[in-house]
Amino acid sequence: MKSARQKTAGKSITPRQQQNWDWRAASNFICGGSGSGLLILSLFAAAAGADVRPAIVLALVLVATGLTCVWFEIGRPWRALNVYRHIQTSWMTREAVVALPLFLCGALAFYTQHIVWQAASAVCGAAFLYSQARILVNNKGIPAWRHPRCLLLMASTGLAEGAGFLALAATLAPPPQPVATLAAAVIALSVLRIVAWRAYLAALRHDGAPSGSLKALAGIDARIVFGSGAGAIVFAAAAAANLPGAVLWLAAAGALAAGGGWMLKYTLILRAAFNQGLAIGHLPVRGRGVSGPPVKPGWGGLG
Amino acid sequence: MSRYVMVIDLRRCVGCQTCTAACKNANATPPGVQWRRVLDVESGEFPDVRRSFLPVACMHCEQPPCEEVCPTTATKKRADGLVTIDYDLCIGCANCVMACPYDARSIVHEPQFAYGDQPIASEAVRFDPERIGVSMKCTFCVDRIDRAAETGQVPGVDWEVTPACVNSCISGAMIFGDIEDPESNVRKLLAETQHFRMHEELGTGPSVYYIWDQA
Repeated sequence: MKSARQKTAGKSITPRQQQNWDWRAASNFICGGSGSGLLILSLFAAAAGADVRPAIVLALVLVATGLTCVWFEIGRPWRALNVYRHIQTSWMTREAVVALPLFLCGALAFYTQHIVWQAASAVCGAAFLYSQARILVNNKGIPAWRHPRCLLLMASTGLAEGAGFLALAATLAPPPQPVATLAAAVIALSVLRIVAWRAYLAALRHDGAPSGSLKALAGIDARIVFGSGAGAIVFAAAAAANLPGAVLWLAAAGALAAGGGWMLKYTLILRAAFNQGLAIGHLPVRGRGVSGPPVKPGWGGLG
Repeated sequence: MSRYVMVIDLRRCVGCQTCTAACKNANATPPGVQWRRVLDVESGEFPDVRRSFLPVACMHCEQPPCEEVCPTTATKKRADGLVTIDYDLCIGCANCVMACPYDARSIVHEPQFAYGDQPIASEAVRFDPERIGVSMKCTFCVDRIDRAAETGQVPGVDWEVTPACVNSCISGAMIFGDIEDPESNVRKLLAETQHFRMHEELGTGPSVYYIWDQA
């Protein structure tokens, strides 16, 4: 495809970075994904005999922080309850709906420590995490978000962050803590996130996306795979091998697993979120009497 | 049942921006916000270069992705094909802005005026606080379309009930009408030309057709 540029100042047909969701909206995905992932992982930790009360509190604080941030983002915050009006198709409505039982079940899980409420809060966490992923995927205007593999990426990073925070929370809870089990979870979910990330990136390059999105995502590839991913796996392996200071190794692995996910989502929502741009399917027949090739500048990838 | 569409003949558009100015005048959009834009596109490589003009605005899609994601039902698609926003329901979450593949929506969070913090007289008269902090976009001049039901006039034929941009076009590049009416201008024009709809592969079913050649 031949190059194209347009002259009208400030108005481009090339994809441009979205400007409407800033760090406050990103915080909802960052904190909400971590918190909901943590609630899911807490169920398994509780089943393994761990005291998950610090983890549940942390999860609820994270989700609440994310929702508070997005409340400050919206243009008409005092009408925020209108968000509940479109459950038929809107994943933002569904996210808000799920948040209610999430807090209720989480609070009951904290106070009763009963496995039923822990399971219920984990189910709510899964629904919340899925809703957040679908909010991104259903946004057709942002090619890097609407790719189907973004769904697994968002889910896997939420779980990896949850495992990371669970490992961090283990340092706050009284011993004994199932260090080896938590380390195994960090390793497994870090591997899952690396696989999902590389599959997403490869598919985005193959299917085509705005060049700006591809550049921003490529810029964090090494940090996702070899930095937070491999680092978390190595530290968690050290904890699983019960090396001296195993809890600290686990905490370091958790910090890397959570931090890597936050970096990924920050980049995806704030730096790689180039819109579709505009295109001319057929150049009009004028002057020379012939049409020209399609014009769709600013896109890359496509195999 | 009527379904209103717009047909834009890219062969005729000369990029004069009269439609842009007419839209701003009709809808009193704030500085920096243009519901109707005409983009000036240079393409190709020397010596085979071309210059094209691309008028864009809300495409009033058959399957509007903005309506699907809207959490408040502020965005609705009417039976006649127009996609509307209820400013009283919108919370300004910008989810619709992200969902629109045509960059057609905008949100202004603070009052903006052409000359400083205070509005000039004409801005003060037409300033609408309901449009602050909510999503807004081209309406196909919905108030004019609705007036047709009262007056018996025909949108796309009678100027009083036709979108301002279409009325203003100096080259006759923009045509508006009911695609369900076999006798309408848009129906006849589409039958005798080759045309495309932007980003049709996304399944949005835009209601704006771009003519690029005769049939």
